[in-house]
Amino acid sequence: MNRLLSNLVGAFVEAWQEVRIHKTRVMLSLIGVAVAVCAITTVVGLGAVAQQATLEQSERQSGRPASVQVYASTFDGSAPAPEVMKEVWQTALERYEITYASRVTPTSQMVQFADGAASVATTGVDVPYGTMHRVKMSEGSWFTDADTARLAPAVLVNSIFYDRIGRPDLATHPTTTLLGDRDTTAVITGVFPAQGWEQEPAMYLLTDSLTALAAPVTAAPTDAMSAVNYFGPPTYELWVPPELADPIIAALQRDVSAALGDGATADVYRTDYASWTGGEDPYLSLKLLVGGVAGLVLLLGALGLVNIALVTLKQRIREIGIRRSFGATAGRVFFSVMMESVVATVAAGIVGVIAAVLIVKNPWIEGLIGQGQVTDFPAFPVEAAIIGLVSATAVGALAGLVPALVAVRVKVIDAIRY
Amino acid sequence: MTLDSSADETGPQPLLELTEVTRTVQLIDAPPLTILSGVTLSVSVGDRVSIVGRSGSGKTTLLNLLGLLDNPTTGELLFDGRPARSFSGAERDRVRGRDVGFIFQQFNLLQGRTALENVMTPLLYAEGRQFWQRSRIASEMLDRVGLGHRLQALPDRLSGGEQQRVAIARSLVRGPRLILADEPTGALDLETGEAVMDLIDDVARASGAALVTITHDPAIAARATRHLRLDHGVLQADAETAALARGTTRELTAGRAT
Ligand SMILES: Nc1ncnc2c1ncn2[C@@H]1O[C@H](COP(=O)(O)OP(=O)(O)O)[C@@H](O)[C@H]1O
Ligand SMILES: [Mg+2]
Repeated sequence: MNRLLSNLVGAFVEAWQEVRIHKTRVMLSLIGVAVAVCAITTVVGLGAVAQQATLEQSERQSGRPASVQVYASTFDGSAPAPEVMKEVWQTALERYEITYASRVTPTSQMVQFADGAASVATTGVDVPYGTMHRVKMSEGSWFTDADTARLAPAVLVNSIFYDRIGRPDLATHPTTTLLGDRDTTAVITGVFPAQGWEQEPAMYLLTDSLTALAAPVTAAPTDAMSAVNYFGPPTYELWVPPELADPIIAALQRDVSAALGDGATADVYRTDYASWTGGEDPYLSLKLLVGGVAGLVLLLGALGLVNIALVTLKQRIREIGIRRSFGATAGRVFFSVMMESVVATVAAGIVGVIAAVLIVKNPWIEGLIGQGQVTDFPAFPVEAAIIGLVSATAVGALAGLVPALVAVRVKVIDAIRY
Repeated sequence: MTLDSSADETGPQPLLELTEVTRTVQLIDAPPLTILSGVTLSVSVGDRVSIVGRSGSGKTTLLNLLGLLDNPTTGELLFDGRPARSFSGAERDRVRGRDVGFIFQQFNLLQGRTALENVMTPLLYAEGRQFWQRSRIASEMLDRVGLGHRLQALPDRLSGGEQQRVAIARSLVRGPRLILADEPTGALDLETGEAVMDLIDDVARASGAALVTITHDPAIAARATRHLRLDHGVLQADAETAALARGTTRELTAGRAT
């Protein structure tokens, strides 16, 4: 035990001395390793950001795994009566204890801006929608259950809308006027970032607020320019644990079809991206490709390291002979020479990882990779740093192996003979 | 012919005991070369042995055998009563580290390391107190050889005599029982060589270690108490040096008497 510890510490001391003395050559040979580790770590780190971007985007559009949609239609192609659907929907949610469910009604709504009225893309949703679609707010917050009881409906607007009304402080309860047969004043309680491609204002209203806007309409609009937009039936969305998706789909299919009776059918299906890809990692092949290239770069760095180690080893044979004559065992020489390489590459690895963190967390790069799709930049992924350090250590051990094997074969009496 | 140190049969077990040792090397396209033949020698703690011989007579080869760096081709070499052949590789290295201190003609200091680091090197292969207190032990040793003020000096900043003193400190820092000096003054001028030999004699005497010195210089050889000569691989008593040594002693005694 004692011997093991002193051997370990001793080998480390020797390795460190060696690295210190040959700073310049070690530094030179390590640039390649540091660059490769930096590349690997950066790629893994950026990959995480890019993946997050695509993930968030697809989740916003098609829901998180497992998102299920219910589509009901009568045989003549029209939607079942809203009251019937509402009843069927409520029953199903209670029966299967589904917490995350939302009606989604895409429509448009005329809004009065300072420079005139404009049609705004509007989505009627229920409170859980925010969680289900991972909606991130840049100001204020998503709807809560308390919002359903408001007299003046709450509205969440996108950043384009918000810019257009001059970015008022939400603490002052800014309002906006929703035009209709009877104008409604809505309170802006939150702002969400616009998608990269979006040019137009958009907003969310709670489904019940949206229906209330339309309620005063006594007749179908006669005027094409009517301020109140007529909107169709909502889609019904659920977010359930992926492993429960199949049984719930089957049950809803059965229940809704039964409840609607003979004249209608129900279609229940998954919409999230995980259902298209069969749950496989959609980035697997990209990851393998990038990993392969980075591995190759690292291997080239290692080759350079081996090369330099072998060239300088010739000058060190005498030194190894001297150490052996003062009691260094062959194993100790092997370990020390190996350690030199490991100590050096780990140092280079740390430099590479730090550089990678600086690159990946650089706001300019984040913007470039995120393309405005990421509201929530992931922290620098720990696994990227670990991968970087582990590969640096592995390369050091690998590159140290060859010179270490040569060092052990040094014949002491020849090494110190003059 | 025996070259045993102790006429006294009840003396302590010899540190080294060589019996009819030969060393041959296999050459390519040539018959094997015999470097040492029939070497019989015994060295005990406290012995002062000098070996003289022409260049190429096999002195270094013999010293390598004594220091467990090499194995005899035939014959027996007992280290501490144990056949050298029976040591495993690592055991041999550890015994060498613990019991043997080498001093080389070319000093063989580790370049780029300070004097202190050089003297600490053997302690890196020790364990326990010697390992953990290596810095303090090495500083003390350098102080003893008169270099307490040059701890951080690099070898190429030291004179030849100073470098050899660092090498002496390094060879003695683990308190070996056997000091093997291969032409320790060969690269030094006469005066510096004398001073270095005084130092080696001093520290060897103080530690009670056996000292085997290889040299070209009869005056250096005469300092020993046993004088051997290696001639074409054959080891024998060296009457010439012995006479010189007696002469020196007489001179010294005479000098003291007056
Ligand atoms: N490994 C070896 N291969 C071939 N010749 C050797 C080898 N080792 C020593 N010799 C030869 O053996 C002779 C004795 O060498 P050495 O012991 O170094 O002599 P010395 O130290 O007395 O000058 C020399 O002629 C040398 O060339
Ligand atoms: Mg020699």
